[in-house]
Formats: sequence, C-alpha cells, structure tokens
Amino acid sequence: MSRPILLRGGRVVDPAQGLDAVLDVLLAGGVVARIGHQLEAPEGCEVRSVDGLVVCPGLIDLHVHLREPGGEHKETIATGSKAALAGGFTAVCAMPNTDPPVDDPASVGYVRAAGLRAGGARVYPMGAVSVGQQGERLTEIGEMIEAGAVGFTDDGRPVADAELMRLALEYTKAFGVPVADHCEDHSLARGGCMNEGLVSTRLGLVGIPNAAEDVMIARDLLLAELTGGRLHLQHVSTRRGVAMIREAKERGVDVTAEVTPHHLVLTDAAVDGYNTNAKVNPPLRGPEDVAAVREGLVDGTLDCIASDHAPHHYDEKEAAFDDAPFGLVGLETSLGICLTELVGGGLLTIPELVARMSHRPAAAFGLPGGTLAPGSLADVTVFDPSEEWVVDPARFRSKSRNTPFGGRRLRGRAKMTIVGGVVVYEDDGRRGDAPGRTEATYAR
Amino acid sequence: MPTSAPYLGKDLVGLEHLTREQILAVLDTAEPFKEISERQIKKVPVLRGKTIVNLFFEPSTRTRISFEFAEKRLSADTVNVAASGSSVVKGETLVDTARNLEAMRIDMVVIRHGSSGAARFLAERIPSNVINAGDGRHEHPTQGLLDMLTIRDRLGRIEGLRVCLVGDVLHSRVARSNIWGLTKLGAEVAVCGPPTLMPREIEALGVRVFKRVEEAIEWAEVLNVLRLQLERMQAGYVPSLREYNRVYGVSRERVEAVPRDLLILHPGPMNRGVEIDSDVADGPHSVILNQVTNGVAVRMAVLYLLAGGAPETAEVAKHGE
Repeated sequence: MSRPILLRGGRVVDPAQGLDAVLDVLLAGGVVARIGHQLEAPEGCEVRSVDGLVVCPGLIDLHVHLREPGGEHKETIATGSKAALAGGFTAVCAMPNTDPPVDDPASVGYVRAAGLRAGGARVYPMGAVSVGQQGERLTEIGEMIEAGAVGFTDDGRPVADAELMRLALEYTKAFGVPVADHCEDHSLARGGCMNEGLVSTRLGLVGIPNAAEDVMIARDLLLAELTGGRLHLQHVSTRRGVAMIREAKERGVDVTAEVTPHHLVLTDAAVDGYNTNAKVNPPLRGPEDVAAVREGLVDGTLDCIASDHAPHHYDEKEAAFDDAPFGLVGLETSLGICLTELVGGGLLTIPELVARMSHRPAAAFGLPGGTLAPGSLADVTVFDPSEEWVVDPARFRSKSRNTPFGGRRLRGRAKMTIVGGVVVYEDDGRRGDAPGRTEATYAR
Repeated sequence: MPTSAPYLGKDLVGLEHLTREQILAVLDTAEPFKEISERQIKKVPVLRGKTIVNLFFEPSTRTRISFEFAEKRLSADTVNVAASGSSVVKGETLVDTARNLEAMRIDMVVIRHGSSGAARFLAERIPSNVINAGDGRHEHPTQGLLDMLTIRDRLGRIEGLRVCLVGDVLHSRVARSNIWGLTKLGAEVAVCGPPTLMPREIEALGVRVFKRVEEAIEWAEVLNVLRLQLERMQAGYVPSLREYNRVYGVSRERVEAVPRDLLILHPGPMNRGVEIDSDVADGPHSVILNQVTNGVAVRMAVLYLLAGGAPETAEVAKHGE
C-alpha cells in the first residue's frame, strides 16, 4: 500500500455530505481516512498543502470513447485514461463501440485489464446492448457484468428496434445496471451532419432535426415506464428532450440523463466556416436548446455532465464537412469549460458543479466514489477554481486534438488527481507527467 | 505566385460574402469580355502564362466546358481532372489532391465537388486562387452571376425586380447563390417548391416562400426554374415526376395565365416535361441559351479579376498586355 497523504488547508467540497469548508483530508490505505480541522499527520505521511484549491471527490465521466481496440491511432486506453487524469477525472466509462465492439465477457475483461495496466483514471467498461451492435439480439449481459461491465449501450449505433430496447430494459433489471441510449432516429437524421436550421440552410449541409432525438427520447421514456427498467439518456441536446425527461421524472420513471459541456456552451453557429471540430452527434443545436439544457442541468432534470470524449485523428477531421467523422475530445477541457461558463456564468455554485461531475454520475451508474465520506475510495480531484489558462490542443495528453475550444481562455483547472490514494497526476506548471504507478497500487 | 486580387480577394467560393460592389464589378467586367466570343479568332492574352486546373469531382458538362472556354479564350494553360480516372477514386483525400496540384505550381483551381464547403476547404489550404464551380448544396457563384447578368441584359436592371426560384431549393446550390446575389443587388426574391424540398428557415435569408407555383407566377417578373433530379423522386421527396410536373411544372398555360411577360431562366440541364415544359423553355421569353453564352463572359471576368485585374482596365486588357 502507498504512503498516506494529508491534503492540508484546501476548500473541501463534498456535496454528498453537504460539506463545503476549509479542512484537511487524510487518505490512507486506499480510502478516505479522516476529514477534519488541523489533522495530525501520521508517521510516514506525505503532507501536501492545497491552500486556495478545491478538494473534491474524484470527477467521473460517464461517457468517453477510448477507441481501443481497433482505433488506436485516435486514442488508446492508456492515453485516454491519462488524458482523463489531466482533466481531473479519476474514473471514466468507456463506450463499447470499438472495433470489434465490446459485446462479450472477454472484451470487457480486456478493456478492464488494459485500464488497470494503464495507470490512468479508473476505466469502467460499458458493454454493447446487442451482439455486434447490430441491434438484433441481446449480448450476454450477466456474464459481461461479472467481467466488469457497469452498464450497456449501443452508443454510436443506437438501438433502432423498440422491442429490443424493451427487452434490454427488462433484462437488465435483474442486475440493476443502466441501459444507456444515444437517442437518434436514423430515418429522421437522414444522413445529416449538423443541426437542421438556418446555419445548415446557409451552409448547404444536411440537417438533423431535433425531432430525430426527441422521438427516440419519447420512445425510451415510455419503454422505461413500461418495464420499470433503469434508463440513462446520453448527451441530451434538445429542449423537448429536457421537457420530456422532466415530466417523466415527475411521473417516477427511473431515468437519469447527461449533458455535455459542448451542448451547454456552443450553438450550431460554431459550425460556420465548415469547422469539422464542431461536427458532433447529437449536433450542436440552437440557442433555445442551449438555454433548455442549461436549465435542465440546474434543476436536476439532467443529472450530470459527461464529455462524450470522442477522439479522431487529425487527418480524419481534415476533410470536407460531410466526410469528417462526428465527435470532439472533451476530457481535458470539460472541467475548465464548466467552471468558466457554468460557475463563472453564475449558473451553478462550485458544490453544485462538483455534484454534477462526481456524486451524481457515480449514483447514476452505481459506481464507487463520488464522495469523500470516511471509508470511501481515496479518489480525489484537486482543482484551482481561478487559474486562467488557454486551451492548447498541442498539449493534450489525448492522442487527438479535435476540439472546438482550441485557443479559448478558461478559468479553473485540475491541479492534482489522486486515484486510490496515489497522486497520479500533478499539474506542476511545467506540464510534466507525474510518476506513474503499478497495477497493485489501486486494483479494486 | 497568384496575386491577391483587390476586387474579389483570393478566391470565389460563394456570393454570400461578397459585397454588392464586388458583384457589380464582376457583371461590369463581364460586359467587355462578351465580345471576345463573337470574334473570328477567339483568343486574347489576358491570362497568358497562367496555369489552371479544372478539378471536377462530380460529372459536369456545361459548367466545365464553359470554364474551359473562358480560360482558353483568355490564353491560360488548362488541365482537366475528372474524378473518374484520377487518383480520387484510389482513395486520395481532397487535401492530398490539392497539395499535389499545388506542388506543380498552378495558379488557379476551378473545383466542382459533391460536398458543401469543399471549395472553401481547398481555398484555405492552398495559395492558388480557388473558384467554386459548385459545392454540394452550398453555392454555385458563377451560375448566380451569369443569371444576374442575363436578367440585367434583358430587363436593364436587377434592383426592385421580383424574381422567384422554382423547384428543389433544398438541394440547390444555384438557389443559394441566386438568393445571396439577387438580394444584395436589391431584387425581391421568392422561392417556390414542394415543402419537402424547402430548407428550414429559408425565410431568414430574406426571401418569401410560395407553396403553389400559380401564386409564384402571379407574383414574379422573373422565374428561375431549378432542375429536379431524378434521385429526389427515388428518395421520396416527391411522389412522382408526373405529379411534380402537374403541381409545380412551369407550363405554357400557367405562364400565359398572367398578363405580364415573364422572363424564364433555367440553369440546365433541363428535364423537359418535368420542371419546365418545352414550349416555355423554347418560347419567346426564355433566356436559357443567353445564360449559357453569358456564362463564358462571367467566368472570364472572374478569372481576370482573381488574377489581379481591375474592372476599369478590362477593355484595355483584352486588347493586349
């Protein structure tokens, strides 16, 4: 086991305990040992002064694409989980739409093992809902859970068949894991590549109407209600979607939902000039939708923020807009964007933001962490809420650079990321990597 | 190295970002160039020593030949690259194609591509002048310019005219270039077509929308009839070509139902009996072939201006160095 660490003098924010005060945090034996005023450092303890910084439960990103296996030129489990650390995340959920897809226990085991080996953020594998993500028959969900899968999704190739979605929601009830859905009706999306509206009309690009997402959200909510299954809606981007989820929650439907930083901050105007780094699915929508997802995040309709980190090699994005792939990287900008735009913009307080990036995602997927209550995992994020910096994609730890936020001035960034009681990332101002660690130091 | 032109900038990718003055400069410059095509020896040394590549990723007969005549009549050296039979089919990316051409030190590229934004993409990546000969559903600026020149020739003005684009506006780059150009020159612009072929929020571009062609004809002084591609019917946007002709076709009966003379344009190639009936296309108010003639002059003007020429010296330039 690693040395104990005492984080001294930080602003400890733990919404799960209703905590927001200047306190010391002692991590020992891979768990949070104590929180209190002026804690005594035990023998052999490493003492770190975190004056002026926020100490919170490790951030959790429920939606990332690590591209391994099959897309290692874009990202690997190693580079993606290191990028997560640099962004302040201690755990990520890896989407199964790899090549081949993660649709059997062996593949789940591979992702989990590669995550442990990488020594980055914890990597929780998601399994495919259907074999080969073909949308035809269910995968071995029970066995994949035994192998480490924390939820199921056909993200990237959403479940078109309503009956299959019903079966998935029903079958997973035996295990209490969520079925996560990327809501998109392919026939309505019609091969579109951006939001349908004035900008798509001007640019002559095929638009994806809000309704393509809305009809699928409506279907999923009805099926969740029918089955009593555990539904999670990924990257909600539309105002009607928010309204329907709000109403479903009021009816008691067991649904959680996420929203991405880019859908909270950008409109389809970002696509102007055929900016392929702003090509993402669901597409960046109009100002009314941005206002609605912000409102939904504030009032809790949307439970949490997830990045939908979707790395692509530079030459794949260096193409005509309709030929470029969907997706943008988010792990290393997510916290900074949210602190700048949501906290800086007066929408959320720091504890409210931390809840939406740590406690609530953990609760949505039943993951460990999300709190600093004594005895819980020693996964901790330390961030400076006021440090100003400029997004420089060339410095990303991710293999990919496809962000629409390059050059953007942000306020707030991760300074130290601790997984299992070990400092695995530190921003020392020189952008150097902190020493790595071995599998044994934080094996669950 | 190509000169950065004072009148149009480095490239012509669309009319959206041109000013009224720039559009008028092209039309005015086209005037003296018209005469070159009427000569016995149709060649002037305006672009002597310039190399131009016509890069056509989509099949095109009219536009490609029109550009080629414009280039050759201005004495440029030209190479045609068609998608079939080029490295494009071997999987080379657009950017690699561009860089390879650039490495051969060309002065200008005329590009036709199926992807909206392709011309701009190229323009941002190579120092040569880039001319958009049609990109996806985005713009076809030289078509818009030649349409305006043709209207001005016949009616003496653009400002205040009521011009309606009829047909498949959703997929039409010609429609977008017409809308930008005509509205900048002060025309009143309308669009008319099946609602399934009407882009969202098109009104925000400053046009009015007619759902029925009879209303459009009642209102308009100029009709620019857009081509309906066969695949639109296959994709289900319209139930059948016969029904399209019945509901939206520009027929003699419809045109003669109004007491005014309507000027009829069509960017070609026409589907006779679908969007336009033959007796309208061949009738006294059709300027469809004038459009083709003007196409060469307008393209000469664009080439000349992008190469650094000035509108006021076009007359002099065509007589010598």
